[in-house]
Amino acid sequence: MAIIEKLWQYLQFEFVQNALVVGVLIALCSSLLGVTLVLKRFSFIGDGLSHVAFGAMAVAGILGLTNEMILVMPITVIAAIVLLAAGKNVKIKGDASLAMLSVASLGIGYLLLNIFSSSGNVSGDVCSTLFGSTLILTLSKFDVCLCIVMSVIVILIFVFFYNRIFAVTFDETFTAATGTKASLYNLLIAVVTAVIIVLAMNLVGSLLISALVIFPALSAMRVFKSFKKVVICAAAVSVICSLTGILISIMASTPVGSTIVAIDIVVFMIFALIGRR
Amino acid sequence: MAQLICSDVTLGYEGKTVTENLNFEVNAGDYLCIVGENGAGKSTLIKALLGLKNPMSGTITTGERLKSTEIGYLPQQTLIQKDFPASVKEIVLSGLLNKCGLRPFYTKEQKEFAKKQMERLNIAHLSSKCYRELSGGQQQRVLLARALCATGKMLLLDEPVAGLDPKVTKEMYELISSLNKEDGITVIMVSHDITAAVKYASHILHISHTPLFFGKKEDYIKTDIGKSFTEAMGGEE
Repeated sequence: MAIIEKLWQYLQFEFVQNALVVGVLIALCSSLLGVTLVLKRFSFIGDGLSHVAFGAMAVAGILGLTNEMILVMPITVIAAIVLLAAGKNVKIKGDASLAMLSVASLGIGYLLLNIFSSSGNVSGDVCSTLFGSTLILTLSKFDVCLCIVMSVIVILIFVFFYNRIFAVTFDETFTAATGTKASLYNLLIAVVTAVIIVLAMNLVGSLLISALVIFPALSAMRVFKSFKKVVICAAAVSVICSLTGILISIMASTPVGSTIVAIDIVVFMIFALIGRR
Repeated sequence: MAQLICSDVTLGYEGKTVTENLNFEVNAGDYLCIVGENGAGKSTLIKALLGLKNPMSGTITTGERLKSTEIGYLPQQTLIQKDFPASVKEIVLSGLLNKCGLRPFYTKEQKEFAKKQMERLNIAHLSSKCYRELSGGQQQRVLLARALCATGKMLLLDEPVAGLDPKVTKEMYELISSLNKEDGITVIMVSHDITAAVKYASHILHISHTPLFFGKKEDYIKTDIGKSFTEAMGGEE
């Protein structure tokens, strides 16, 4: 009973409520897109784009921008379009260009931070950007509102274009050949992915975003056999894991991102066992 | 007027010509088989016919109220599809997407129509099965049902029997043939299998870097090129 009382006490705090709202929304959005991204063989897009966002943040910091989003969002969106929507016509193939972009922005970002940073604790700053250890507990009212608005837009887009997203994921050529603008929907998926990843950096930090994108989708795919069920299950798994993760991390003072990932891994193992039967 | 006319078409990519001087036309109810070695430009021709790629020169026109987006396409299986978690129903329905306009979801009539196509191809009982758990022949039927949802006029089949065992291959050919004869659907099939092409098709287009032959199959088997290939493939049935 003592645990429940303690939990209740924590839930009265505004920062805990904020963290829960933002956590659930981000988890929901990233898992919805995660199914498509994993099936399109873009599991690493979360990792890659978040590194691009990290590089952009470093540049924004140096330029002294008060609102980093103004720079970070467009740069990440452009990177996503280049990677996802440019498709098969580029000279350097999917995984190689992703790896290149990811490592390059991480390296350059860290280099710039080291050369130009005014803060005395560069590695501390970097660590919290990468692992998002405390960010989610220090969200401002503006962050929360931005996140709610963006998430609602993402969810509406996903529901409205659900059938088209399915068609483009399953068979791009057929969809294009029968007169649906497949490249347009690829573009849409790329933009939405970038938006979610920039938002998700607040929750789990740059390094652990991949986990939010891939684990719920992979878990759901072990057990369910239709696209609709996989999407719904992935969303549910993601929300439950994130909620549990945030609560545990508050109670046990563990880092939020890593706790969520640990729970995601456990759930994946359970689903894999169920799927084998 | 023919449903599809290719005049003086040259195909290639990145400035390199793959095949040139393509001239042929397809009339309603035809069964055209496109044969040729690897690298002869068969897949490039498919992309051009589907309107996914522009020819380097020449024109491809569609007529008789057939729009280029009304060609039902049966693609070769991609790696992504092999482990895709989707039910048969979801895949067949996705063929109707081009008839949705701005509507985000499928109507009851469309679902009914998709069901009819599945019944036509004997896969109605698999409707809620997972695509990745089906046999190769069943998967091809699912994709064929999807193509039928997209059009009732013309089918473009890319190696429809690749990877199927002989019995299923024969069934697939009979099925395509019956769609052509009974439902009056124009069929364009790309294939390696010249024996089957000669047996089922009404017209043959044999391409290499230049087109080697276009015409009725009765004439094709009399030509030297036709003879040398049909004999190499084990002769006529």
